[in-house]
Amino acid sequence: MKNSVNRELPDTLMSDLNYKPFKTTNFGNPEIQRVAPKVHATANESKVVSSLAEVVKQTVQDGMTISFHHHFREGDYVFNKVMRIIIDAGYQNLTLAPSSLTNVMNDIVVEAIEKGVVTNITSSGMRGSLGDAVSHGALQNPVIFRSHGNRARAIESGEIKIDVAFLGVPNADEMGNANGMDGETAFGSLGYALMDAQYADKVVLITDNLKQYPNTPASIKQTQVDYVVKIDAVGNADKIGSGATRFTKDPKELKIAKTVNQVITHSDYFKNGFSFQTGSGGAALAVTRFLRQSMIDNQIKASFALGGITKPTIDLLEEGLVDRVMDVQDFDKGAASSMHLNKQQQEIDASWYADPANKGAMVDKLDVVILSALEIDTKFNVNVMSGSDGVIRGAIGGHQDAAKAKLTIISAPLVRGRIATVVPDVTTVVTPGDSIDVLVTEVGIAINPKRQDLIDALSHIPGVPVYTIEQMQQMAEKIVGKPKALEFTDRTVAMIEYRDGSLIDVVKEVKD
Amino acid sequence: MEINKTAIAGTLESSDVQIMISKGTSGIQFEVESDVEKQFGDQIRQTVTDVLRQYDVKNADVKIVDKGALDMVIKARTIAAVQRALDIVDQPKWEVL
Amino acid sequence: MAQQAERLRRTMMFVPGNNPAMVKDAGIYGADSIMFDLEDAVSMSEKDAARYLVYEALQTVDYGDAELVVRINGLDTPYYETDIKIMVKAGVDVIRLPKVESADMMLQLEALIADAEKEFGHEVGSTNIMAAIESAEGVLNAYEIAKSSKRMIGIALSAEDYTTDMKTHRYADGQELLFARNMILHAARAAGIAAFDTVFTNMDDEEGFYRETKLIHQLGFDGKSLVNPRQIEMVNKVYQPTKQEIENAQNVVAAIAQAHAKGSGVISMNGQMVDRPVVLRAERVMRLAKAAHLVDEEGNNIEE
Repeated sequence: MKNSVNRELPDTLMSDLNYKPFKTTNFGNPEIQRVAPKVHATANESKVVSSLAEVVKQTVQDGMTISFHHHFREGDYVFNKVMRIIIDAGYQNLTLAPSSLTNVMNDIVVEAIEKGVVTNITSSGMRGSLGDAVSHGALQNPVIFRSHGNRARAIESGEIKIDVAFLGVPNADEMGNANGMDGETAFGSLGYALMDAQYADKVVLITDNLKQYPNTPASIKQTQVDYVVKIDAVGNADKIGSGATRFTKDPKELKIAKTVNQVITHSDYFKNGFSFQTGSGGAALAVTRFLRQSMIDNQIKASFALGGITKPTIDLLEEGLVDRVMDVQDFDKGAASSMHLNKQQQEIDASWYADPANKGAMVDKLDVVILSALEIDTKFNVNVMSGSDGVIRGAIGGHQDAAKAKLTIISAPLVRGRIATVVPDVTTVVTPGDSIDVLVTEVGIAINPKRQDLIDALSHIPGVPVYTIEQMQQMAEKIVGKPKALEFTDRTVAMIEYRDGSLIDVVKEVKD
Repeated sequence: MEINKTAIAGTLESSDVQIMISKGTSGIQFEVESDVEKQFGDQIRQTVTDVLRQYDVKNADVKIVDKGALDMVIKARTIAAVQRALDIVDQPKWEVL
Repeated sequence: MAQQAERLRRTMMFVPGNNPAMVKDAGIYGADSIMFDLEDAVSMSEKDAARYLVYEALQTVDYGDAELVVRINGLDTPYYETDIKIMVKAGVDVIRLPKVESADMMLQLEALIADAEKEFGHEVGSTNIMAAIESAEGVLNAYEIAKSSKRMIGIALSAEDYTTDMKTHRYADGQELLFARNMILHAARAAGIAAFDTVFTNMDDEEGFYRETKLIHQLGFDGKSLVNPRQIEMVNKVYQPTKQEIENAQNVVAAIAQAHAKGSGVISMNGQMVDRPVVLRAERVMRLAKAAHLVDEEGNNIEE
C-alpha cells in the first residue's frame, strides 16, 4: 500500500505490527488512554546497590525492553558498562529502547545483535558501524525510528513498555533524587530521561557522585526510582558536549545562515514575543548570532527559545533578548552549566516539548524553527535518516515535531561534494513536505507553494533570489550530474514512524 | 600512446580526486575508491576513459581515489596525470581541452 | 571603453587555482570579479594541474555575472606562455599579469594574447588585461603601464612585494603605501581604467580591514583585492552610498530624464545647470545603490 507521501509500504509487516499508513500532519483531538508503570513499594532507608552486575541480575530477564538516555552523548560510559554485563550474562531477545544511540554505543550494540542479545531496537536514530550493520540486514526485526515527541507518545500509550530503565546521572542521593545540572559530568536538562523515569517498571539510577540526602533540585524523584548504583565514572566530561562554542568560519555556511536570518526577519513572525528553535551545528549557531543582531537592531524580544539549547541561546537569555529558555537537552557546557543559575532556563521533558498526544506541547506554540536536511525533494519532503548511499546514518530527533512550527525553515547547501541535497525524491521520507515552509541554500530560497503568505512576504528580500524547488533541484543536478539509482533488496530493515505513530516510510536493506 | 611511467595528479582534499596512471597491458584497468561509487562510479570511469581515448592511450592501469569531485575536476586531473605520464607536461594537447 | 567604465569592480576575490572546492564555489559569494590564481597560490609542481582545473571550471561552472580574471605566472617564469594560451582558449575575461614594471611587459603580453586568440579562433581583442604593480619601478611607471593597451581594464597595487622592495613592511595606518596608492590611482584615472587596492590578509582584524577599506574608498579606488569571501560583504558595506547620496542621485537622474523628454541638451535642477561630473557621479551612485540592493533596477527605493 502507499501512504499520502506516495511511499510504498510493506503490507504484511504493516498488519503484523499493526501500523496505519501516514495520512496527515494534523493530529486532531483524539481521546487517549495512557498506561501506568508497575510500582514495587519500598520503605527501605537506602536504595544503593553494591554493583551493576547485581542490579542487572535482579531486574533483567530474557525478552524484556530496556532503555537508556543519550544525554551524555559521545561521552557516555553507562551504556557500555550495562550492555557489557548484559551480553556477558547471556541474556537473549531484548528490546533496546534508548532515546537515541550515539557513536560510542555502536560497537557494543552490533555485538549484542550478533549474539542474539538484542533482537529489537527503537531509537531516534543511529549512525556509523551500527547504521551500516542494520542497513545490511544484521538485525532480525526492523528497527523502529521515532521522533523525540513520538517516543514520549509511544511510552505514554504503552507502545513502548519499558521494563528496566538504566539512567546515568551526574548526581543522585541514596533514595534516587537526581538532576542533570550538577557534578563533573553535568549535561543540563534530563528532558528525554524523564519519560523513562516516569513510565518504566524498574528505574535504575547510575551515578559517580552520591550526594547527601535529600538532593535538590530533583528532576528525577525518589518516588520513581528502584535502585541507585555508584560506579567510578558515568561519562567523559570533555565529550559530553562541544566545549567552547565556535562559530563557523565557512563562508558558505555563513551565507546560508545570513539568508536564514533574513527569511526570519522578513516574515510576519518576527515581532515582539515571537518564539524560535535553532538546534545545534555551526550554521545554527551562526543563525543565532545574526538573529541576535537583528533583534537588537529592531528592538524585538522573544518570549521563548525551545528544544536543544546552546550557549549562544543562553547569551540571548542573559542579555534579556529571550524571556524563557525551554530546555529539553543542552548541546554544550555553557548551556548545561547555566541551568542552575538561570531560573528562566526551564527543564522540560520530551512530552512537554513535542508529544502530539498531549494536552498541549510546546512545539505547537513555536513560531520559527530552523532544521537541517540530508536530502529534501521537490515535494519538500525531508530525509534526515539515510545517506545518499541508502545507509542509515542519522536521527529523527525533534525534526518531525519542531516542523509543526508556523515557519519551518530547512537550512542546507544545494550540494555536498558530489551529492545533491535537493533531489527529485528523497531516499527516505522522515518529515513530510506539508510541514516544511522554506528551503534556504547558498544560491537562494525556495518557498512551499502552499504558503502564499510566505511567498508574498519573502519574494523581495534584497539579494535573496527566490526559485521554485524544481529549479533548485535542476541547479543541483546540473552541478553534480545525474546519479545512478540505488539498489535495495525487498527486506525492510527499519520503519520510520511519523510523530502520531503512523508509518511514513521504511528503509530497505542495501544491496552491495 | 604507450604509458611508460607512473604519474599522479590531484589531492586527497574534499571535492578533489587523485588519479594515478601507470603502464598497463590489458586495456584500461580501474581501481576506484569513492564515497559516491554507487551513484557515480560508472560516470567517473567513463570520464577518465574518454580523456585517455583522446590521448590514444589503449593500455593503462588507473587508480582513482575520489573525494566527491565534480566531473570537471575529474577531467582536469586526468588530463594533468596523462600529460605527466606521457612526459608532455609543457605541450598541452589542445584538442583535448 | 564606455562599457568597461560602467562595470562595478568593488571586490576582486582571489581563488587558489588548484583548489577544486574553492574553484567550484567561487561564484556564490557575489564578488564583482573572481580572480583564479595560477601564480603564488600554486606550487611549482602543480602549475600544470592548476591550469587544467581552472580551464575546466571556466568551461562548466556558472559564475553568474562576475568578471572572470586569471592571474598568470610572471614573464620571467617558464609557465608564462602556456598560461596565456590555455587561458585565452578558456575564454577568460581578463588576464592579470603580476610584477609589471613597464608598458613593454604589457605589450609583450598583448602580442602573445593576440597570437593565441588567432590560433583558437577567438576575436582578436576579446581578452582584456590588467597589471599588478609590485615594485618601486612599477609604481613610477604606473601611468605608461595604465595607458599601454586598449585591452587594459585596470591596475592593482600588490603591497607585499612592494613594501619589501621599499625596505619596509606593512603598517596598520598604511602610511608606507600612500605614495604608491596615489600614483596607481592617478595613473588609472588618467588612463580611464579601474584601480584596485591590495589585499588585507589578517581575517581576525575586522576593524583594520574596515579602516583600510574606508581609506581606499575615500581616495577613490574602484575596489580591493580580497583573500576571503567573508570580506566581500564588508567592502560592499563601505562602498554602499548613503541615503542622502542616493536621493541626490535620483534627483539628478530625474532631471536628465526631464531634459531628454523636453529634447533639451541642458540638464537643470532647481534652476541650476547640472555639470557633467555631477551626472557621472550620480550614475555611479545609482549603480552602487542597485548593487547594494538599496534601489531596484529602475532606481526606485526598495521599501523596507
